[in-house]
Amino acid sequence: MRFFHLIWGNLKRRKLRTALTLLSILVAFVLFGFLCAIKQGLVGGVTLAGADRLIVRHKVSIIQLLPEAYQARMERVPGVAAAAHQTWFGGIYQDPKNFFMQCPVVPEQFMAMFPEFRLPPEQMKAWRATRTGAIVGRKTADRFGWKIGAKVPIMSPIWLRKPWVFDLVGIFEGRDKDTDTTSLFFRYDYFDESRKAQNWGQGLVGWYTIRVKDPAQAAEVARAVDQEFENSPAETKTEPEGAFIQAWANQIGNIGLIVASILGAVFFTILLVTGSTMSQAVRERIGELGVLKAIGFTNGQVLGLVLAESCLLTISGGGLGLGLAALAIARGDPTGGLLPLFHLPTADLLLGAGLCVALGVLTGLFPALQATRLRVVDALRRM
Amino acid sequence: MNALLNWFSQIGSITKFGLMSIPQRRAAVTATIFGIAGVVAVLVGVLSIAAGFRRVMVNSSSADAAIVLRAGSDSEMVSGFGRYQTRLIADAPGVARNAAGPLASAELFVIINLPKRSTGTDANVPMRGVEGAAVSVRDNLKITEGRMFEWGKNEVIVGAGAAREFSGLEVGGRVQVGRAAWPVVGIFTANGGVAESEVWTDAKVLQAAYNRGDSFQSVYARLESAAAFSKFKDALTANPQLSVKVLRQSEHYAEQSEMLTRLITTLGFLIAFLMAIGAVFGALNTMYSAVAARTREIATLRALGFGSGAVVIALMIESLLLALVGGGAGAGLAYAAFDNFRAATMNWQSFSQVTFAFAVTPQLLVQGVIWATVIGLLGGLLPAIRAARQPIAAALREL
Amino acid sequence: MSDQTPKNDALVRVDGVEKIFHRGSEDIHVLSNLTLKVPAGEFLALMGPSGSGKSTLLNLIGGLDRPTQGTVEVAGDRIDRLSDHALAAWRARHIGFVFQLYNLIPVLTAERNVELPLLLTSLTKAQRRKHVETALAMVGLSQRAAHFPRTLSGGEQQRVGIARAIVTDPTLLLCDEPTGDLDRKAGDEILNLLQALNREHGKTIIMVTHDPHASARAARTVHLTKGQLTSEAVK
Repeated sequence: MRFFHLIWGNLKRRKLRTALTLLSILVAFVLFGFLCAIKQGLVGGVTLAGADRLIVRHKVSIIQLLPEAYQARMERVPGVAAAAHQTWFGGIYQDPKNFFMQCPVVPEQFMAMFPEFRLPPEQMKAWRATRTGAIVGRKTADRFGWKIGAKVPIMSPIWLRKPWVFDLVGIFEGRDKDTDTTSLFFRYDYFDESRKAQNWGQGLVGWYTIRVKDPAQAAEVARAVDQEFENSPAETKTEPEGAFIQAWANQIGNIGLIVASILGAVFFTILLVTGSTMSQAVRERIGELGVLKAIGFTNGQVLGLVLAESCLLTISGGGLGLGLAALAIARGDPTGGLLPLFHLPTADLLLGAGLCVALGVLTGLFPALQATRLRVVDALRRM
Repeated sequence: MNALLNWFSQIGSITKFGLMSIPQRRAAVTATIFGIAGVVAVLVGVLSIAAGFRRVMVNSSSADAAIVLRAGSDSEMVSGFGRYQTRLIADAPGVARNAAGPLASAELFVIINLPKRSTGTDANVPMRGVEGAAVSVRDNLKITEGRMFEWGKNEVIVGAGAAREFSGLEVGGRVQVGRAAWPVVGIFTANGGVAESEVWTDAKVLQAAYNRGDSFQSVYARLESAAAFSKFKDALTANPQLSVKVLRQSEHYAEQSEMLTRLITTLGFLIAFLMAIGAVFGALNTMYSAVAARTREIATLRALGFGSGAVVIALMIESLLLALVGGGAGAGLAYAAFDNFRAATMNWQSFSQVTFAFAVTPQLLVQGVIWATVIGLLGGLLPAIRAARQPIAAALREL
Repeated sequence: MSDQTPKNDALVRVDGVEKIFHRGSEDIHVLSNLTLKVPAGEFLALMGPSGSGKSTLLNLIGGLDRPTQGTVEVAGDRIDRLSDHALAAWRARHIGFVFQLYNLIPVLTAERNVELPLLLTSLTKAQRRKHVETALAMVGLSQRAAHFPRTLSGGEQQRVGIARAIVTDPTLLLCDEPTGDLDRKAGDEILNLLQALNREHGKTIIMVTHDPHASARAARTVHLTKGQLTSEAVK
């Protein structure tokens, strides 16, 4: 770009000021990155929901169990392609702080229902062959350093209140970057058999996931399922997976609003600081801008030069900030397990880039317009 | 002594001079103040979430209130007792008694689904079945609207927080419990404690509705005194018929809120830290610009005989004053905007909703002002030193 | 680089020009009914006491300002009728300015400063470099091309200013007190340079000055007093 020297020279004019402004912008965008990742961690599951999956739970309360026998009836409802159940195990591995989800499932049905969990076929075979076998997601396996063949003891305060020891036969990966690979799944038959000793809970499961034949029919199928169990001892509530997760997220609170408010405050502050810096920088150079106009630069060109300078500043600072945030976020969840889904979504990264440019335009525009409005002869006097 | 007074008066003059020139530097000064105010406001706001949540969880309990769960339970949800065991616990030494008997309430806990008023989506709400002594074993429980439910009847009272947050929980409304809809007959407060997020009814009717037989999940007891706790605990743990975990209620609530408090505090401090760094850079920037703009006048003062040390201190005082104004404004803004702001979130230990209010406590306000002070000091120090070290002659020439 | 138009054709025609400045509620008549013709190839000096309007007149001729009344025609263009946008392009093509305080951009080197007007043309980088080298050679500053203004003396800075003014081969050179900030020796060097540009390269130069020493170098001197031409002296 032919005007590069002019723009670059201006930024180097007061190196310290440029550096400090750049650093404030950098920090603001690091914060932006983190907040987006946190928001994603808390409520991001919604977008991951399968469009063709519904969740069926006990109508009164999520903690009430449903009969295992419902499965066959469910699969007979028109529009239902398949059903698979899970149950909340609520186990503790060593310390309650090491929280991750564990559920007993029926291996073939479960893996068919959730194709986003990728398990190598030989590990699947091993799971089918081992009654006490369990598979765990990549994130949790890495977190505790578990390898195939490890024996994992988990204490459940709900079921039997004694440690259950599972044989790790598989580690599953996620199909997408966002897939939750923190859970552990073990065999339902082993679970159901073992809980006989407890005298309650046998033949009961936590909730079902069903796949519909046609996603467009999801609402009708949901109604049909609930109708099927309407006058049974355990009534059901069926809803699309996305709606279920959204309701769950809503319970966590209006995270979106909180994050947006914080970001709003941060960017307003940055706008002030950067805008003030740019205003000052331009004010100091009114004379020079007058010289440029005398030489024959048009108002548009002068405006463009100032905007290019402010944008270069914000894009460098913002770009570096987003980059640093992405690097730091890639290191994983800073809260140690409370945010299993922790990464920076691409959409937010693009939004950040857009904000860099918008910031540059906003902070450069006002001083630039002021500069161009000044008559050349008056500007020259300010040299 | 004279030299010291002289020095102070120098600082005073330079500072006064500096403050008087503020109208000329209006824009930059306003930007700094707004910047610091913004940082402090966000900081205090974010930390007030954790403070408010903590306040709810640890609030209600005095040291003579105890709770007993089954051994190995980390929440009421996974605990369980038969009636016989609850009798044993109620009769243990250390429990306060009145004419009606021991001040102990055996309770059970379920989760029901109610739509949130704000989003219309379903949320998990804790519903508790209590015994007669329930009101006495908790501090500050008051019925503020309507009346207490009648024992043995399918009626409920709801906590003020829950009433605010969920649809249908006003006096005269109905709550879906299993197949039937039970009327809401009263609203209670518990000094902001966690009970305000709950729906209460008679333990017996709740057991019936949920086919719980005669089982309970916890026993809340009022002890003779705070010191009676060890007597109480020892007696229970020594009893071979019982396998229990005995806690003061305050400890129990602290445990329950641990995960969420940890989450919010970690995130809050992360955000606050980043903002503070950004603010320091911003403050440095403005101060450097301020100093650069006044190079000539500062050099003139030094040429006239004002000492470098005095210049440094005066500039730092100025920076500090601006920061304090900003900090005060920010703290005030945070208080106005956030204090008592009602919210509800998920208690991850019980997977049910807990309502709370953001709490801008005096400690937080002080913290905010301290952060502003630090920002002002850091932001003013280096520029001040640079101003004082510039060669006078060169500075005088500079336009 | 020589001007081809015949010498008796007026390059600059200022006709009946008035310039009024509004200061608050006052109206200040800086120029009144001023008429002036400048033939191509002339070296003209504008002299007068401060406040006489000479700089204002220069600004009008250079398209930096518009008259309140009257016409200004330069190289056949009625510049009093051009829009701001058109004036900018016009200035770039026709005018080279030399200022009393040089007005160099401090963050650019001498050669980058000289290159500035060329950035507005469609010349390639290589072509621009060639023009810059030529201009700097003409003012005798080739060895100082990569220096920043703060490391150049006043006289050297002004020479860079002149190089910048001539690099686009403009129709007209306008100089506002070019030697005003220089000592006698440096000032003489500048005046020599201007004279050489006029005599050897046929550049039309209008110079505002209050120094008779400088105006002596010009072919014609006109005097302004209180916004009106009062006398004329031709050498």
